[in-house]
Amino acid sequence: MTFNPAILTDNWREIFDGMVLTILIWIAGTAIGLVIGLAVAVIQLFTNRWVAAPLTLYVAVMRGTPFLIQLFVIYYGGPFFGLDLTPLVAGVAGLALYGGAYFSEIFRAGFLSVPPGQIEAARMMGIGRLDIVRHVQLPQMLVIILPALANMTVLLSKETAVLSVITVNELTSVVQSIGSTTFAFAETLLFLALVYWAFLEIVTAAARRLEKRVGRFMLRTQG
Amino acid sequence: MAERPIIDVRGVWKRFGDVEVLKGIDLAIAKSEVTCIIGPSGSGKSTLLRCIAFLEEYSEGEIYIEGELLGFSLENGKRRRVSDAEVARVRRNVGFVFQQFNLWPHMTALENVAAPLKLARGIAREDAEKRARRMLEKVGLSHRAEAYPSQLSGGQQQRVGIARALAMEPHIMLFDEPTSALDPELVGEVLQVMRDLAGEGMTMAVVTHEMGFAAQVADTVVFIDHGVIAASGSPQQVFRHEENPRLRQFLQNYFERNVFWQGSDAAPAS
Repeated sequence: MTFNPAILTDNWREIFDGMVLTILIWIAGTAIGLVIGLAVAVIQLFTNRWVAAPLTLYVAVMRGTPFLIQLFVIYYGGPFFGLDLTPLVAGVAGLALYGGAYFSEIFRAGFLSVPPGQIEAARMMGIGRLDIVRHVQLPQMLVIILPALANMTVLLSKETAVLSVITVNELTSVVQSIGSTTFAFAETLLFLALVYWAFLEIVTAAARRLEKRVGRFMLRTQG
Repeated sequence: MAERPIIDVRGVWKRFGDVEVLKGIDLAIAKSEVTCIIGPSGSGKSTLLRCIAFLEEYSEGEIYIEGELLGFSLENGKRRRVSDAEVARVRRNVGFVFQQFNLWPHMTALENVAAPLKLARGIAREDAEKRARRMLEKVGLSHRAEAYPSQLSGGQQQRVGIARALAMEPHIMLFDEPTSALDPELVGEVLQVMRDLAGEGMTMAVVTHEMGFAAQVADTVVFIDHGVIAASGSPQQVFRHEENPRLRQFLQNYFERNVFWQGSDAAPAS
């Protein structure tokens, strides 16, 4: 058996579609996950513990169980709870919920990184809680948590591959089925690995640029 | 004194767990009066000021700001914590200046002063910035309006902190060791701003280690020790005539620290 990359070019159309879907799932999952993460962190920090308790449980469950199992529960278990989702919706929802739990921890650490005195000063001036979050805490903490957010985004790009198990036609699913029909496992799996690696490099480079931009702001504020 | 005190602290206790920091404080401050609160570190003087601002919840007693009970409501003799919005309403005329300035580092001096006007008072951007510039001018910093806190000296940062509080047009200004974090040569500029403010008739409560300031500017000096007011009166009374041994010892320490030249040119005996 010889190494034959032509397998990939022969099926470029399917592979391209799969890649587009993967990127869309990734972007949607990350975006919704960020919103969930921020909301969870804000609610945990600013309400009493009875409101926060279910959210703490949510974060613990999502972080404590494998993503694969979570997807199975949402997609195959969902109908038991009246949740009849298409594979794609279940996949994006799963990714967002999974990412949201981790993002919430990152945001929480970020909120705690802003010195309490600054928040006291804002409260003393009569600024409302949400305005304090928006105008005092977020602008400062984003600088600090940006690397952690970028890291989580990279992890989520790789987790999109798990959606193949609930029959979402994303990149891994497409390439795997090509592999199993042509027996060209080496070519297809190597290709897959390279694509996800490329995602990582792109996000990392983008995050570096962003860090430099906000870094200028940091220099300004700390220099 | 027929007029009701603008700040009225009655029988206030503050406990952190088992530790009693304030043990029954009574303190009345009249309008336009400057009260300096002195005392050894750990005596509870900062805690008292923070209770008056409700940055700390006091455990027992009552604090009235312009006649309104701060932080609690009384129902059948039982006190209940009121909402944050209600706390904010009662202390809306109280300005607070922090030892560590607590400026927002991502905003310029101007934005630091203007932001609360926009966010808490709903004042339009242009008007807020106009008022902010006026306040910075008042503390002698109009030329540094566009600077970030990190580009300002400690003394300048603290003056921005004062401008920020003044922009809200408070009736009462609370200062929590406003010069303690400053290099000695920067203390004067901050005290000068406070002196001007006192001269304009601002009601002020100042926790401080600046005995000179207290002696010259205060109407009343309050000495707190172990969570109680151990002595209080005019600066004259407290600094010259009070016999409380703890106060004498406290003042003696200051006196000794500040004497660095005995006035004789003779070489010190070794």
